[in-house]
Amino acid sequence: MALLQISEPGESPEPHQRRLAVGIDLGTTHSLVATVRSSAAEVIADEEGRALLPSIVRYLGAGRVDVGYGARSAQADDPANTIVSVKRFMGRGVADVARYGALPYRFREAPGMVSIETAAGERSPVQVSAEILKVLRDRAERALGGELFGAVVTVPAYFDDSQRQATKDAARLAGLNVLRLLNEPTAAAIAYGLDHASEGTFAIFDLGGGTFDISILKLTRGVFEVLATNGDSALGGDDFDQAIALHWRAHHNLADAHGGDTRRLLAAAREVKERLSGADEAGARITLSYGQKVNLKLTRAEFEHLTAGLVEKTLGPTRKALRDAKLAVKDLDGVVLVGGATRMPHLQRAVEAFFGKPPLKDLDPDQVVALGAAIQANVLAGNRAAGDDWLLLDVIPLSLGLETMGGLVERVIPRNSTIPVARAQEFTTFKDGQVAMAIHVVQGERELAADNRSLARFDLRGIPPMVAGAARIQVTFQVDADGLLSVSAREKTTGVESSIVVKPSYGLSDDEVARMLQESFSHATDDRDARALAEQRVEAESLLSALRAALAKDADLLDEAERRALEAAMGTVERAWNASDHRAIKDAVAALNRASEPFAGRRMDRAVSGALSGRSLDEVARR
Amino acid sequence: MRGVVQRLTAAFTRDHFELLGLAPSFALDPSVLESRYRELQGRIHPDRFAAAPEAERRLALQWAARANEAYTTLRDPVDRARYLLGLKGFDTGEETNTSMPPDFLMQQMEWREGVAEARASRDAGRLAELRAEIGEQRGEMLRVLERAIDRDANYEAGCSLVRKLRFLEKLEEEIEEALQ
Repeated sequence: MALLQISEPGESPEPHQRRLAVGIDLGTTHSLVATVRSSAAEVIADEEGRALLPSIVRYLGAGRVDVGYGARSAQADDPANTIVSVKRFMGRGVADVARYGALPYRFREAPGMVSIETAAGERSPVQVSAEILKVLRDRAERALGGELFGAVVTVPAYFDDSQRQATKDAARLAGLNVLRLLNEPTAAAIAYGLDHASEGTFAIFDLGGGTFDISILKLTRGVFEVLATNGDSALGGDDFDQAIALHWRAHHNLADAHGGDTRRLLAAAREVKERLSGADEAGARITLSYGQKVNLKLTRAEFEHLTAGLVEKTLGPTRKALRDAKLAVKDLDGVVLVGGATRMPHLQRAVEAFFGKPPLKDLDPDQVVALGAAIQANVLAGNRAAGDDWLLLDVIPLSLGLETMGGLVERVIPRNSTIPVARAQEFTTFKDGQVAMAIHVVQGERELAADNRSLARFDLRGIPPMVAGAARIQVTFQVDADGLLSVSAREKTTGVESSIVVKPSYGLSDDEVARMLQESFSHATDDRDARALAEQRVEAESLLSALRAALAKDADLLDEAERRALEAAMGTVERAWNASDHRAIKDAVAALNRASEPFAGRRMDRAVSGALSGRSLDEVARR
Repeated sequence: MRGVVQRLTAAFTRDHFELLGLAPSFALDPSVLESRYRELQGRIHPDRFAAAPEAERRLALQWAARANEAYTTLRDPVDRARYLLGLKGFDTGEETNTSMPPDFLMQQMEWREGVAEARASRDAGRLAELRAEIGEQRGEMLRVLERAIDRDANYEAGCSLVRKLRFLEKLEEEIEEALQ
């Protein structure tokens, strides 16, 4: 609880107080947590010195959960309760996960996303991921000696809105303050760019355990600008394991192997695949559940033949990304390999042949994403040293649009638009007297709405009856810096309004997250209140310190009465802070947030006009 | 939330050129545009406000989206011309006004036939030639457009050129698709 001690209300907080911030790479196979300590990013290892945490969660029943190496060793003996590669299920339905081949889980169709039946009851991929994140959070808090201020959590660049939202929900469920969702290739580019002081245009080729991303970035004078991104959120190292396992099933008459034996085959496939990166031949011996022993073997040549199609599958998205960036291969200054699966020699050869130059791979492909995320988290938490300044301009990977007549998609925001982005489009009614309009939000590149991912449906009601085509319904899409969408609709002639933060139907509301968090504490009520109080005090303290800093700099933007009103609202928060009632603090913070809005607005205006090369706002306004 | 936006109106509704501190003309130096945009984003991007009070975080999101819209519009010459003509009170009418001079239509038909033939015979070389030819024509039209808007203030002619350029863009997109 170090943050509780930082300062008494009324005193200015210690200016050099560093906020504890981490970067988390929530991977398909492994997850990592990293932080910036004494100006260098480093991965935080567990107590046994291991940097990687296997992204495997085992539910043992009676509330016991095992995450990491323990769960990994149990995967063949308890396959149905041991969830491997849960990232592939985030924001996906039963039909989606069926594509991944034979898996030993009891999937259940739940609204919007699969859930898995386990010894602990039905668990959604969001809850499973939260278990992994909790372990990393605890690890970081122990190592850093305090509560975390916040975390940057990475996602594949090609993750759609459902997958991003699921990831953010998982992080909140793990009690993390999400400073930003950051695209994995962009995180890698930060680590690379800063490490090598690079300038130029680079392709980041990121093949992880379950996802493939290709991002084209331009690095110039402290700006990381993503020009285009593409990928396949269902292609990764796991698919190479599946290809090997399938081959063995055919060769050893193991077509009937299921459950634990499926896991044994996949684990052996993975081990053999990794050894083939350094050897020409590798093998494994497994004992199946009914006692049969099998000697499994594979040569590198066989492996490359079996998986040539998977390697080829990375090149389509790569070409599309280059085309969207309006660049040719010769325009690139380099290509960077990220993700454990890029260790495979035939993949490296394919990348080199495509780009016509040897790829860069000197940073550990397993760690580079977490390191970049840690560097960004340090900046977002406000720990930036003067001059240690850069700007990150990222994009959305897939177009966003609405379903219109005939099931066609009207695109509102095209893919590869720089975020944040807001765009409005007008629609109208097609029937006389129509009083409601169904808004169906989709994401993807296909012409038909049904072929794209459905993100949300909502109704705009209360449109006054008019003849067809007379109503003017403005639908506004806004994508924030996490790549998350919110949509609002408004009938312009009457001002009837309806809005929605797009959440697939499984998406958790703030109240649900709070409730689940509460339930997950097996403590007494006092402990829960203590935790709520600690959280509210941190929030109050951070708002007060931000406002004190703002007042020190820009107090002249307020007149005497406004300044006094703001200070009064700050005083209420300070008194509530001392009075130990978390609900009172929450209310006072909300009131202070409202009271500070005009001040915030003027400060932003000042920031904008400062950018106009020293010309004052008045001068601009007079033109 | 809307209250905040209202208080901001004077600054927030500046046009794209004003927002980026540029003179409202068709001709502009892309490197100046880029550096102005980056300077503005550097001050208002949500990453600069990740630890700020909620009100500032929300405003940063709106401002950064606004800056991106301005930059995206001004960066592309045809979008820039359309926008500038709009500021002058002229609607390019691309959706409604499809009348074109006969010579331009003839040229269009020739190109379209050329693309269709090259596509049918999978002649990538011919497609690349056509792309170069259209690109050249496009460059010439942009030079005429600059004179029409910046020097002659002939906005009617500007609108007609934007409509023609939109035709060429569609054709270029078709060729790109065929080349894939």
